[in-house]
Amino acid sequence: MSGTQTTYNDKVVRQFAVMTVIWGIVGMLVGVIIAAQLVWPELNIGFLHFGRLRPLHTNAVIFAFGGCALFATSYWCVQRTSHARLWGGPLVPFTFWGWQVVIVLAAVTLPLGMTQGKEYAELEWPIDILITLVWVSYALVFFGTIAKRTVSHIYVANWFFGGFILAVALLHLVNSAAVPVSLTKSYSAYSGVQDAMIQWWYGHNAVGFFLTAGFLGMMYYFVPKQAGRPVYSYRLSVVHFWALIFTYMWAGPHHLHYTALPDWTQSVGMVFSLILLAPSWGGMINGIMTLSGAWHKLRDDPILKFLITSLSFYGMSTFEGPMMSIKTVNALSHYTDWTVGHVHSGALGWVAMVSIGSIYYLLPKLFGKTEMFSTKLVTVHFWIATIGTVLYIASMWIAGVMQGLMWRAVNADGTLAYSFVESVKGSYPFWAIRWLGGVLFLTGMLIMAYNMFRTMAGGKTQDAPVVVPAAHHA
Amino acid sequence: MSDFVSGFWNVYVVVIVLGSIFACALLLYMQGKAKFTPGKTMGHVWDETLEEYNNPMPKWWSWLFVITVIFGLVYLALYPGLGSFKGLLGWSAVGQYKIERERMDATVKPLYDKYSAMDLQAIAGDKQAMEMGKRLYLTYCMQCHGADARGAKGFPNLTDSDWQFGGEPAQIEQTIADGRMGVMPPHAQLGADTIKDLANYVRSLSGLPNDSVRAAKGKEAFASVGCSGCHGPDAKGMHALGAPNLTDKVWLYGSSENTIIETITNGRQNKMPAWKEFLGDSKVHLLAAYVLSLSQGAK
Repeated sequence: MSGTQTTYNDKVVRQFAVMTVIWGIVGMLVGVIIAAQLVWPELNIGFLHFGRLRPLHTNAVIFAFGGCALFATSYWCVQRTSHARLWGGPLVPFTFWGWQVVIVLAAVTLPLGMTQGKEYAELEWPIDILITLVWVSYALVFFGTIAKRTVSHIYVANWFFGGFILAVALLHLVNSAAVPVSLTKSYSAYSGVQDAMIQWWYGHNAVGFFLTAGFLGMMYYFVPKQAGRPVYSYRLSVVHFWALIFTYMWAGPHHLHYTALPDWTQSVGMVFSLILLAPSWGGMINGIMTLSGAWHKLRDDPILKFLITSLSFYGMSTFEGPMMSIKTVNALSHYTDWTVGHVHSGALGWVAMVSIGSIYYLLPKLFGKTEMFSTKLVTVHFWIATIGTVLYIASMWIAGVMQGLMWRAVNADGTLAYSFVESVKGSYPFWAIRWLGGVLFLTGMLIMAYNMFRTMAGGKTQDAPVVVPAAHHA
Repeated sequence: MSDFVSGFWNVYVVVIVLGSIFACALLLYMQGKAKFTPGKTMGHVWDETLEEYNNPMPKWWSWLFVITVIFGLVYLALYPGLGSFKGLLGWSAVGQYKIERERMDATVKPLYDKYSAMDLQAIAGDKQAMEMGKRLYLTYCMQCHGADARGAKGFPNLTDSDWQFGGEPAQIEQTIADGRMGVMPPHAQLGADTIKDLANYVRSLSGLPNDSVRAAKGKEAFASVGCSGCHGPDAKGMHALGAPNLTDKVWLYGSSENTIIETITNGRQNKMPAWKEFLGDSKVHLLAAYVLSLSQGAK
């Protein structure tokens, strides 16, 4: 007899894990479409043009794909490492269905042009309120489960998940504050440069907490699990956790270099962006070094390949980020495709790969199997995704540096050497390569979906019993 | 300093920024003093297999952290960042812009001054000057008038020989330097019928198909309701007012009957911005010569 108290709630994990793959395909498909629209402008048809679809792409991949992955993995991890079933009763299914409604509403309103005009916070105020309700429920479920844990220590992955949940609540509430004028229109509560500063305080911390802290939590559970090795250094995780969540909060102003934002604010943002380098690398080191003594496992375990490659991309983009926050570098990189490439080395290389690896870990366990339907297809997915990511990043680096250099080039008589449209023309080949990279990455997701449905077929969906904590801990 | 409403915020920023940087350093220092047992775990186990080694933090990583902290402090000493303290180098974004701008202006000034004393016709015949003029045009003018200078709806074609405000060298230079306001007042009060008559008359003037009965009535209205006040009794326009010649085949907004009706009914507002302040006299002079040369190529 397995009463509700003695099993983990794996149903909600199952739901979020499957939707991670579905929304991943949807979000990346929209990404491939808008990449194609840049190469072939005639594909901008009616109101489904780049300007309307771009926020749909970013919202779908960040909040639908990334969000579902975070819900799935955090719910799995917090139960296993607290040795307790999820707390919260009906709040748990509410977080799933509520979040799906948010995603569907986003998919309807964004193409219709209903937007608050804030990057990554475009959704209008009624949806913002629903997000708040779901998020508060999520926090209650997560911390409620932590509170009823049957082990004394809180595992490091849960620090990161907890930090991510609290910070995102704060960011969302402050930045989305608005004065509604109708059901579908509102105006920001802030104005001018203050509005810009709050937006980028939010924007960069959406990267720092939603796309970094949360996924580091994922990393801290699935890397040691899959590698079968202890986390490399407890002390390193303490230092880099506190330094990371503390320092990220300051980094926003580097999005507003050489603008109306006061010089002192820009400098402070730049300084803390640089100090962020070591705390970021702490996570990469702790993850990769966890593998020391077990490097051979990388050779034939595609899940570990995904996880470790994601950490390499994480290390690369968290080096690139601080460099781009330096004013003189930013003067070249800002407003160019270099930024787009930087974001995607984080989004594809880090966020998507660590999620994909973790979901591949979860799927067989969630559906009563010992492994994925085809491990070979997981390997194929890994290589396609890696090549796609490299094509994407490399083409955007070249295009970005080229654009930056063309825009600043002047003739001897002080006139611009290139008109803007010439830089657009020069970017075409690289946009085509970027599109190809996106197509490859999307193809990988389709392979994953096939593999997932074959794994699910005939599988048992029984919740696992709660494991009794090991007795010997100090 | 205008960034702060009171001295308190200056102190607040300094304290919180320095305090935060020192907090990072302190965190690293305190945690580095912990007792490490390399290769041994902390003794906790989660979910059957999850453990943590009690390894020290990598030395090179700790040094990387320290270096970024030192860099941050040095940067804040040199550049503005600590509240209203301007930094030892006295750098500011506005200051950097001014310096670069002045340096560039000083470099290019002799190039343009060379042509300041020459008249536009002479400059238009100078190959080097025209190359410079073209580059100025492609930097500042093509956004509205187009890369080929043939204009677009509402933006005059600069390659023909038709001039709304006059094509004499001095007039072109004045257009660029001081800008122009092109205003056609609305005439909805005339009523739809009369406006349609006028539209047919205007079309007849440039030889376009029209309703001859309406055109004849429109001709009378043209003189009686005041059109001729600006466009002249012969409808050939007036440069001083920017009133276009209605008898040629050049149309700023379009020649269809509906478009003309719209123009007469609602009027038109148009603006050529003034460039004297932004570009300075010598660049405007060169640009005027280039525009003059464009229209001479048309003849």
